[in-house]
Amino acid sequence: MNNSNRHVISILMENESGALSRVANLFSARGYNIESLTVAPTDDPTLSRLTLVTSGNEQIIEQIVKQLNKLIDVVKLIDLSETDSIERELMLVKTKAMGEQRAEMKRLSEIFGGHILDVTESTYTIELTGPGGKLDSFLRAVEKDAILEVVRSGATGIALGQKALHV
Amino acid sequence: MEPITGAEILVRCLRDEGIEYIFGYPGGSVLHIYDELYKQEDVKHILVRHEQGAVHAADGYARASGKPGAVLVTSGPGVTNAVTGIATAYMDSIPLVVFSGQVPTALIGNDAFQEVDTVGITRPCVKHNFLVKDVRQLAETVKKAFYIATTGRPGPVLVDLPKDVTITKAEYHYPKKVKLRSYNPTVKGHAGQIRKAVDLILSAQRPMIYTGGGVILSDGSSELVELTQLLGYPITQTLMGLGAYPATDKQFVGMLGMHGTYEANMAMHECDTLIAIGARFDDRVTGKLDRFCPTARIVHVDIDPSSIAKNVKVDIPIVGSVPHVLRAMINVIRDEKLKPDGEALAQWWRQIDEWRKMESLRYRPSTEVIKPQFVVEKLYQVTEGQAIITSDVGQHQMWAAQYYLFDRPRQWINSGGLGTMGFGLPAAMGAKFAFPDQDVACITGDGSIQMMLQELATMKQYHTPVKIINLNNGYLGMVRQWQEFFYQKRYSMTYFEALPNFVMLAEAYGHVGLKIEKPGDVEGALREAFAMKDRTVFLDFATDPSENVFPMIPSGGGQNEMLLAERDEMVSTHEEGMVLV
Repeated sequence: MNNSNRHVISILMENESGALSRVANLFSARGYNIESLTVAPTDDPTLSRLTLVTSGNEQIIEQIVKQLNKLIDVVKLIDLSETDSIERELMLVKTKAMGEQRAEMKRLSEIFGGHILDVTESTYTIELTGPGGKLDSFLRAVEKDAILEVVRSGATGIALGQKALHV
Repeated sequence: MEPITGAEILVRCLRDEGIEYIFGYPGGSVLHIYDELYKQEDVKHILVRHEQGAVHAADGYARASGKPGAVLVTSGPGVTNAVTGIATAYMDSIPLVVFSGQVPTALIGNDAFQEVDTVGITRPCVKHNFLVKDVRQLAETVKKAFYIATTGRPGPVLVDLPKDVTITKAEYHYPKKVKLRSYNPTVKGHAGQIRKAVDLILSAQRPMIYTGGGVILSDGSSELVELTQLLGYPITQTLMGLGAYPATDKQFVGMLGMHGTYEANMAMHECDTLIAIGARFDDRVTGKLDRFCPTARIVHVDIDPSSIAKNVKVDIPIVGSVPHVLRAMINVIRDEKLKPDGEALAQWWRQIDEWRKMESLRYRPSTEVIKPQFVVEKLYQVTEGQAIITSDVGQHQMWAAQYYLFDRPRQWINSGGLGTMGFGLPAAMGAKFAFPDQDVACITGDGSIQMMLQELATMKQYHTPVKIINLNNGYLGMVRQWQEFFYQKRYSMTYFEALPNFVMLAEAYGHVGLKIEKPGDVEGALREAFAMKDRTVFLDFATDPSENVFPMIPSGGGQNEMLLAERDEMVSTHEEGMVLV
């Protein structure tokens, strides 16, 4: 799947039980792809903000947007890929950190603007944020054997400028 | 105000919503609701014999009357039995509200007796569903359910009611209106788009109007007739759309699609302007997508934005309710005194008349064996084209659609989208509840009728006299037809070696049964049956087991690749087509 048809869709929906399953169900029932999905309540506790990353050609994305809008619980949505927007993802990585590795891992973390959250005799736990691509680069830069565990939040995003998604 | 129980609230909601009939079946989790139903007479409960029958009956009632259908079932198997009915209504966008019992809130998730995840199971086949956890939200939820079911693109809505919610008390207040910030269907079409569409429509040299079930659901039939006659254009309708435009009018070129007429499909293929109204470009209509209407510019009117450009790219989309959009189009045409290109239109009609000469619905008559098409033709004559006709699914369904000419909306009731065998009989019963004074006939087959037979008992209990037209060929005919064409006549599991004696069966349920074996007896039997106004009559016609539905576009074929009965005895498809159903 090439990157040009990757879409980040941000959805404002009723914070009701089952709302998330309606979205997930829609994607599996209609055979659409979900790369990642994050959800949490907003400042208004009756609303949740859900960000999902999907891919497909123009026609598929148009259908995805229409089908999502058709869900009764969906209040509003925006395809962030259609507008100037910023995308962020949080990653927690546990790495080996022994001997020479220790200093190198610390330096690498600094280069990527990471924070070391936890230190043991033999490991670091590092926090990194950024666009997905930057997190991928970090993982590529680290020696494969050194990675013990990776946790990624999935992308969230927001439109730039005065444009705001709210009720 | 005195607080009342959830069960009483529900029954009052139904009364205040104007629900006359609720179709259902009792069980443990809905005992309180049934107790409240017992204490009043405004809402009449119809006790079916199987929950699927309850949903189909409510569905038939809704399709015939235009009012929402209501259903009440118990938790667990009550709900799972109802799912086929709910999915049937969902695929055809029928407004229903289904109330299901649920185990008490404290037991949800505990694998309690007769517990299923009802909201989860039904989620993919409802427009929306609710689990009511607090009795104080019950009345408003019921109002929302009816509002969602009946507005926009209609559909079934389910309300799951844990038993404790039906026992606990709250004050009753039924809101007159509800507003949902997340749900606001577009009714009026965009004026600029309508204007552009009118220009395109009037510039057509070879126009074609193609309409579907949306015209019927939105009660847009009179606007459709007015616009079509104002333009003088040919019109075709989908299986779901039949009746919205009178089939006996000369501008109607027949149904389109897999078993549509030659002229309808050829005109679709050759048209330069397609006006699609309340139709969704279903695969049974389009055939092979890349050969669908290759030269047409397309206007598409639909209330559901997701129906537009789903399968076929359109040039002018208009989101809105059919009667509103068509009225606006008519106004523009009348106000500006616009006229179509008369000369081009006359030439187009000459071409269509050439196609009509193929007489694609002609079949070989017989004096020996009853042809199923002949039975439907006679039924049409005997009922003077006025009966409400329901059908099951299979060959008989296609023959009903082809040979009974429907002149009014809501006269033809069938499961088009899901194709549910067993739909016809309970749907006929539901239609009879809506219109007790009209003739209702269920055209069915020996396969379909056995899927919901038990509802014969319900029909006896409530005196809903329906005429059952069983086109009995001993086979699962439509599957047999495909096996003949595409599987070298290997009739795998399509022949019933044992069938009940349907006459005795009808009598066992307290109805009248008639067996008809000769073509000469068909009309007499039908007249005899319809003369028995107050009886359900089961007419078991022994029909030609080798008859096939023609014309036909084999799967994977284009609209201009129709096979005709007399021309194409041998039918085949290619590898690509074999994948499709």
